[in-house]
Amino acid sequence: MSIQGTEDIILEVKNLQTIFKTDTGDVRAVDGVSFKLPKGKTIGIVGESGSGKSITSLSILQLLASNGKITNGEVLYKGDDLLKLTENQMRKLRGNEISMIFQEPMTSLNPVYTVGQQISEALMLHQNMSKKDAFIRSVELLQLVGIPSPDKRVKNYPFELSGGMRQRVMIAMSLACDPEILVADEPTTALDVTIQAQILELIKELQDRLGMSVIFITHDLGVVAETCDYVAVMYAGQVVEYSDIRTLFHQPKLPYTIGLLKSLPRHDIEQDKLEPIKGNVPSPHEMPVGCRFSPRCPAATDLCRTKMPQLETDENGNQVRCWIYTDEWTGEAEVDIYGETRIAKSGGAKTVLPD
Amino acid sequence: MTKYIIRRLIQTIPVLIGVTILVFSLMHLVPGDPAQIVAGEGASEQTVENIRERLGLNESIPVQYGRFLGNAVQGDLGSSVRSGRPVMDEIGSRFWVTVELAFYSTIVAVFLGLIAGIVSAVRHYTLADTSIMIVALFGLSMPNFWFGLLLIQWFAIGNWMPESLEFLKMRPSGWGDSWRQIILPVLTLGTGGAAIIARMTRSSMLEVIGQDYIRTARAKGVSERIVTYRHALKNALIPVVTVVGLEFGGFLGGAVLTETIFAINGMGRLTIDAIRTRDFPVVQGTVLVISVIFVLVNLLVDISYRLLNKRIDLN
Repeated sequence: MSIQGTEDIILEVKNLQTIFKTDTGDVRAVDGVSFKLPKGKTIGIVGESGSGKSITSLSILQLLASNGKITNGEVLYKGDDLLKLTENQMRKLRGNEISMIFQEPMTSLNPVYTVGQQISEALMLHQNMSKKDAFIRSVELLQLVGIPSPDKRVKNYPFELSGGMRQRVMIAMSLACDPEILVADEPTTALDVTIQAQILELIKELQDRLGMSVIFITHDLGVVAETCDYVAVMYAGQVVEYSDIRTLFHQPKLPYTIGLLKSLPRHDIEQDKLEPIKGNVPSPHEMPVGCRFSPRCPAATDLCRTKMPQLETDENGNQVRCWIYTDEWTGEAEVDIYGETRIAKSGGAKTVLPD
Repeated sequence: MTKYIIRRLIQTIPVLIGVTILVFSLMHLVPGDPAQIVAGEGASEQTVENIRERLGLNESIPVQYGRFLGNAVQGDLGSSVRSGRPVMDEIGSRFWVTVELAFYSTIVAVFLGLIAGIVSAVRHYTLADTSIMIVALFGLSMPNFWFGLLLIQWFAIGNWMPESLEFLKMRPSGWGDSWRQIILPVLTLGTGGAAIIARMTRSSMLEVIGQDYIRTARAKGVSERIVTYRHALKNALIPVVTVVGLEFGGFLGGAVLTETIFAINGMGRLTIDAIRTRDFPVVQGTVLVISVIFVLVNLLVDISYRLLNKRIDLN
């Protein structure tokens, strides 16, 4: 299940760095993010608010706000570096080969055009369809995403639809041109739980049917567990742990990941109380010199506080950015945090998630 | 939609009744005896009496108002005290002159204002944006009559013009079929309006450009030009339409200075002359006509909201 060299990688992000110019100086929102997306699979990018996960996805499509700038890195799509493409070349990919759905279905559709017009636009643009053909295809797409009486709904304005319906319309729109990659930026966050489940199921079903690869951005580990094959955990603009889904839930390595999992309410085991991770994500203006999680990490040593660990890859292709798993670690061989025992170097926590 | 328009037209009736009450009261709110004011100082008692008779000032005020309203509904606004001609005839041709002036000026204002506002918004915080906004600030602050006089100085008198540019020479006065007569007054009125529209368009566009659905459009692979003109502009136009409606109304009633400077025989000048000569029926007539137009223009503005954004529920 781990990421071996044999898998067909459709998108690889290497050392991506994105900054935002602000009045108080440059803010490094994404600082050296790397991950691989195998074809037909789903990778989850998980992190707290401000960890840089949305900015990572917007950087891939180069849809940053005007004060945002990608300063370094590569985004390899089928071998080509997207960051080297011209705006025109990039535009041909957007909505066509790589498309995106957003967090806010309520505000992500244009209020002055019908949903049919908005879906048709991408079809007419990328597939050179006539207005009439695009309209017919729009109805089919609405049907595909499970909207009842699509021939009527296609003429509706966004305000005439509920939040869940609008997100379905967004999905229909993003699937219009059969994209290779779907970037879903917290597509269920703004929806209530029952609708959430429906939308997740829909994305999964469409992925199976159409064979696309998905980048799923979320702060919700429950959603990750349901949808993803691989997970990149982000903290303060960096990828801090990257592994296949089973390893992440059964043998998380990083104290931060363990903390996240321990703060997740569970119905399958008895929990006296949830363990929160103490403290807050550091402000982008006052990043710690060493490991960015060190001020909050219960296992942090002086080494952690003074020197930034690198993202190290193990024999299974999983990655972790933590001194504990390196030869330089001088702390204890076994560390107890959040009630779990982690064994340095030999693996992560063992009992976070029972089988 | 038709239903809505009919209902709105019915709703304008109370507004118009209110306007007629105000217009009618004009004559009676002026301190002193209206007949004496109309006749002027030193007029004989007989003259004053005749005028009082002619204007029906002997009747009780409700009766006078009733007659005024009844006649107005039938298109009879009384006769000018000065010329003796029916007020409707006095307004007649001048009305169309002012409407033409206001219409062309609105077109200039919308055209210049929209372009300037869009460019400013799309390139915000650049040199282009700053320059446009500085020019707009000038346009906004410069009194019409001053700008009009400058235009006359530059393009009608035009001592600086070399012979090769003489073809640009405009006529400084009147209103007619020649574009040479029309351009300067239209520019005088239109540029001030353009400044307001430019600022409104800019701020409205900036707000819209930051919306999520604009990012969605970009994520679809739509070009910046289409993002601006198809996705952003239509959303940004609603507050602009309001301003355009108000400006057209303002041009109708407020072109007085421009009409005076360019010696255009329009409603504005008619009103001012009537006020100066205490020709009450004419003042009442012009104010009433302009008010009616204003109400209708606002109705058009409301209808265009709905055309721009189906979400705006006219009911």
